Amino acid sequence: SVKKLLKAPAVEAEVTATSRHYVDRLFDPDPQKVLQGVIDMKNAVIGNNKQKANLIVLGAVPRLLYLLQQSSSSMELRTECAVVLGSLAMGTENNIKSLVDCHIIPALLQGLLSPDLVFIEACLRCLRTVFISPVTPVQLLYTDPTVIPHLMSLLSNSLRTQEYITQIFSHCCKTPEHQTILFNHGAIQNIAPLLISPSYKVRMQALKCFSVLAYENTQVSMTLVNVLVDGELLTQVFVKMMQRDQPIEMQLTAAKCLTYMCRASAIRTDDSCIVLKTLPCLVRMCSKEHLLEERVEGAETLAYLMEPDVELQRIASTTDHLVAMLADYFKYPSSVSAITDIKRLDHDLKHAHELRQAAFKLYASLGSNDEEIRKKITETENMMDRIVSGLSESSIKVRLAAVRCLHSLSRSVQQLRTSFHDHAVWKPLMKLLQNAPDEVLVMASSTLCNLLLEFSPSKEPILESGVMELLCSLTQSDSPALRVNGIWALMNMAFQADQKVKVEIVRCLGTEQLFRLLSDPDTNVLMKTLGLLRNLLSQRAHIDQVMSSHGKQIMQAVTLILEAEHSIEVKEQTLCILVNIADGNTAKDLIMTNDDMLQKIKYYMGHSNVKLQLAATFCVSNLIWNEEDGSQERQDKLREMGFVDILHKLTQSSEPNLSDRAKTALQQYLA
Amino acid sequence: MTELGVGSLPLGDPAFNYQEHELNERLKRLYPAVNEEETPLPRSWSPKDKYSYIGLSQNNLRVHYKGHGKNHKDAASVRATHPIPAACGIYYFEVKIVSKGRDGYMGIGLSAQGVNMNRLPGWDKHSYGYHGDDGHSFCSSGTGQPYGPTFTTGDVIGCCVNLINNTCFYTKNGISLGVAFTDLPPNLYPTVGLQTPGEIVDANFGQQPFVFDIEDYMSEWRAKIHGMIARFPIGERLGEWQAVLQNMVSSYLVHHGYCATATAFARATETMIQEDQTSIKNRQRIQKLVLAGRVGEAIEATQQLYPGLLERNPNLLFMLKCRQFVEMVNGTDSEVRCLTIRSPKSQDSYPGSPCLSPHHGASNTHLHTGGSDSPTCSNGVTPPNKSKSHSSSGSIKYPSASSSASSSSSSSPSSINYSESNSSDSTKSQPHSANSTQETSDSEMEIEAEHYTNGVVEGSSARIMNGTYKHEEILQPDDNSIGNGVTDEVCSHSRQLCGGNQAATERMIQFGRELQALNEQLCQEYGKNTTHKKMLQDAFSLLAYSDPWNCPVGQQLDPTQRESLCSALNSAILASADASARSGHGVCSAHGPSPVWFLLLRQSRQLFALAQVQVIVK
Repeated sequence: SVKKLLKAPAVEAEVTATSRHYVDRLFDPDPQKVLQGVIDMKNAVIGNNKQKANLIVLGAVPRLLYLLQQSSSSMELRTECAVVLGSLAMGTENNIKSLVDCHIIPALLQGLLSPDLVFIEACLRCLRTVFISPVTPVQLLYTDPTVIPHLMSLLSNSLRTQEYITQIFSHCCKTPEHQTILFNHGAIQNIAPLLISPSYKVRMQALKCFSVLAYENTQVSMTLVNVLVDGELLTQVFVKMMQRDQPIEMQLTAAKCLTYMCRASAIRTDDSCIVLKTLPCLVRMCSKEHLLEERVEGAETLAYLMEPDVELQRIASTTDHLVAMLADYFKYPSSVSAITDIKRLDHDLKHAHELRQAAFKLYASLGSNDEEIRKKITETENMMDRIVSGLSESSIKVRLAAVRCLHSLSRSVQQLRTSFHDHAVWKPLMKLLQNAPDEVLVMASSTLCNLLLEFSPSKEPILESGVMELLCSLTQSDSPALRVNGIWALMNMAFQADQKVKVEIVRCLGTEQLFRLLSDPDTNVLMKTLGLLRNLLSQRAHIDQVMSSHGKQIMQAVTLILEAEHSIEVKEQTLCILVNIADGNTAKDLIMTNDDMLQKIKYYMGHSNVKLQLAATFCVSNLIWNEEDGSQERQDKLREMGFVDILHKLTQSSEPNLSDRAKTALQQYLA
Repeated sequence: MTELGVGSLPLGDPAFNYQEHELNERLKRLYPAVNEEETPLPRSWSPKDKYSYIGLSQNNLRVHYKGHGKNHKDAASVRATHPIPAACGIYYFEVKIVSKGRDGYMGIGLSAQGVNMNRLPGWDKHSYGYHGDDGHSFCSSGTGQPYGPTFTTGDVIGCCVNLINNTCFYTKNGISLGVAFTDLPPNLYPTVGLQTPGEIVDANFGQQPFVFDIEDYMSEWRAKIHGMIARFPIGERLGEWQAVLQNMVSSYLVHHGYCATATAFARATETMIQEDQTSIKNRQRIQKLVLAGRVGEAIEATQQLYPGLLERNPNLLFMLKCRQFVEMVNGTDSEVRCLTIRSPKSQDSYPGSPCLSPHHGASNTHLHTGGSDSPTCSNGVTPPNKSKSHSSSGSIKYPSASSSASSSSSSSPSSINYSESNSSDSTKSQPHSANSTQETSDSEMEIEAEHYTNGVVEGSSARIMNGTYKHEEILQPDDNSIGNGVTDEVCSHSRQLCGGNQAATERMIQFGRELQALNEQLCQEYGKNTTHKKMLQDAFSLLAYSDPWNCPVGQQLDPTQRESLCSALNSAILASADASARSGHGVCSAHGPSPVWFLLLRQSRQLFALAQVQVIVK
């Protein structure tokens, strides 16, 4: 090895010397010798990354670009230069970076204006290689506004231009803006005919273009459904591409196109091309016989397809044992792969995270609505254990997907009562809530809301674990979603809770924060805060206690909300708080002594909305309830204020609930 | 409701003619490899093969229930007119639930001919079903497995049989529900069963377009098989395929001693057989003796016909002797058998020779759909009339899947009874029920026809008196007269060591000593041989148990254990006779028969079915 060490620099120098020679020849005054030099260079670099790197270091790229751009160069020389540059781009990511730094992209784009097709193809080929690399900023394709239209016009020239251009498009369409630019320049009309090209590569790249164009894009999707290719609807062309004897890549990409069109509402979810073709195709992609990458993509696309539609979820859950099939996604790297060969193990390890997160996503989507499916999922082998360990995995993607899955399953009353408790999922969930990024936090806190539901056996241990501080801090978050989840969880926590818990909530949250939330710009936050107040103000003793310490502020907040512009739901919720206050012993007086408030109640009894009428009537009924101290005086006062007349009117209401409530209230006067 | 036979329909009905035309076109397109003159496709339910509670209408496509439907004893099924031909490759039919009736206890599936029709598909052996009320799949069992969703009025349930990998999956409203059954036996009939009043279902055997895209599924398999063929290396042997294939078939037939078939094949292909017929027949005789458990005679015959062979193969000889000892315990080897048989007439009650073709695993040979049914015998579709002649000769009660239903099944006059060979749960009331493997005289692939005479038994018992017995009959190349003596006594109910005969037992003990001596001799000559030691130990261990057949080493007594020895002896003879030591598949794999190759052979017809489709479509 000593020998080798000594020898190495010598070899290095030798190689550099040869490379140097190649570069030197590019500067020869004889154009014929330059051409020969470029051709020799081409042959020297093919498949030789070391040589490529050397040439780049020695400054071959600027010279090649210069020769390529010189109009005095022969067409042959310019083409050979483009070919060598294309070859250099095939090397490492560093090569690509160097090429981009040398402004290869504008030079090549300029070259596309040439009338020579062979040269154009060589430029496009090199551009393609540069653009499909993750290190190339895609924006470079859009800096010159004339580029896209020119590329569109080149599409008809040859199979090669078609393949390269569509491949560039499909890799450089990353944002809605890109989609719009391509769409506005006629991408659909220009690319659609390529779907029936005799070349498989062209068909495939054209198909990929449509999948990136349609993704979350209603405009594109709506246009696509009406496109005809050789007299056939585009959707039918996609369906044909999903046929089971087609290459997997094609089936999968066609399924993606239809999925995106469906999610953009361009195709109905009950359309047979979705139910009988796209969905089964995607389920097939999840099966063991396919490559790991295909299985990941299949599962993710399927999850996306059926996310909003319970019927698709039901169908998928019975297709080809999907729920059981997904369990296999957790078995990588398998013990077999570890033994058989190291390459396989490496491959498996690389995809293991992707597989797991894809499976969690798909489970989450499957179980988001249907109770039966959720049951089926939780009964899958080791499912809860897998979620629990997924919650604490190092990969953030897996953690997020696992918590999404848990959230989906937590919508089930039965699962909350059984498997969630058995596996103590609240523990890893609580851990996940500490210092998690917002997207994880949103899902985790939303799941926590469900775990804090009154019937959930996990509620007790969660309370004891000291979750209150965390939830209160969530209500101060900048993200409305986190504020909602925080206050929502507190609301659930306060439901039918002990006095001790209620006091603790008020103390921890602080009255100031509570009233700040009552003026939150987000209606959801406001609704849940009112809900929390309502839950705090239940049971007579609690009502009196809370009102004796915070009565003034609460009455103020209630007044403000009732006077402001709010939805019916908000007003109803607010009136319900008054109903609860009216149910207290001493708390009643806060209403009775507030004539303004009584006028408001009277107003809502005559409101056009029955729900508000009902809530207001309930409030009155509580105020004048017979068996309580001072009921006589209250009855008298309200009679004087004209409430009895209104009650009489309400007994004639066509709403049975309302008329019954009014009658019950009037009976208090008779007794 | 009146039941219309297919033939009774007026031919002038244009709607019917149109449907008939549609059906023909679709079946031709789906199953181009099927020759309907040989193996007709199912086109309707059979008015003859159904339980009385089933009513048929609408060209025998609509099925309705007309029983009481009180409990599962009132279940009723109907089979299609024909079994699914193997040449389909992939077969599919659909059933639409017209009405779920009272409880919707409907089963859709497959069953073999002769399975009790007073049951829902799936409850009995060789019967498979998917049930609507619970969505469970029933695989020859009274208890189902969770499989798919439930189904009810308006649903269309499809059933697909993949004859390439012998699996089945169902579809509901055009959506595949995934594999329901694996390892399906051949020759299954589409079957539906109903159980409560008001249940009505319509079948679609191809009369209408299917809801599920079966052609798409077929195209996937076609692509798979084409890929498999395309990837198969051919190399420089391209162009010699016909000769290679003919040689392969011919040497396969010769190797296994199918003399007449080999001769016929040679004539048809104008090729030569390397071995003369006498030699083939001799080998066949010896093989038969081994398979029958008459190992002592087999050894003797080998020594006579191929002198020096066993001396050159001491290991083989030792294995044979070990087996002979085991067969003595079994009571089948002639050295003890002749001592135990008192009256030759007692043999009459054992028709046929059960051990001539040993059982191959569990699934296939138990199925007696007809005389010619053999698992290796290409498509094996049996004309229904044949079964009748056989059921009279070997009619056995078929053990029912659930005890509650057994009474009804045996009381059913129309049900054809079955045998589960050698099954321990055969009822005692049927003492001769154990075996009903029929003579397979109508199958060319099987051993040529033979005559069974009782006389041989007497002769052989006389021979043992003489101490030396010769087997002229066996040596006769043209006479087929292995007697009734080739009977497997294992199947009789009073199984005793050496048939319970004292003299035989003594002979066995003595033979054991000889065997021990042989082993020691071999050890001295060739060094220790652990395989031999183990073999000997296992064989002797049999004596340690009062009931050797039900002991930990009892497996040795199973007739199937003779097969490997039989083929070893056959190969040795062929090698010594300088014939091809390996059968034709040696061409394909260097080390004896490769399981993959056998699989391919078995599936070749199905594969061909799919490979062919493409050619025709093109």
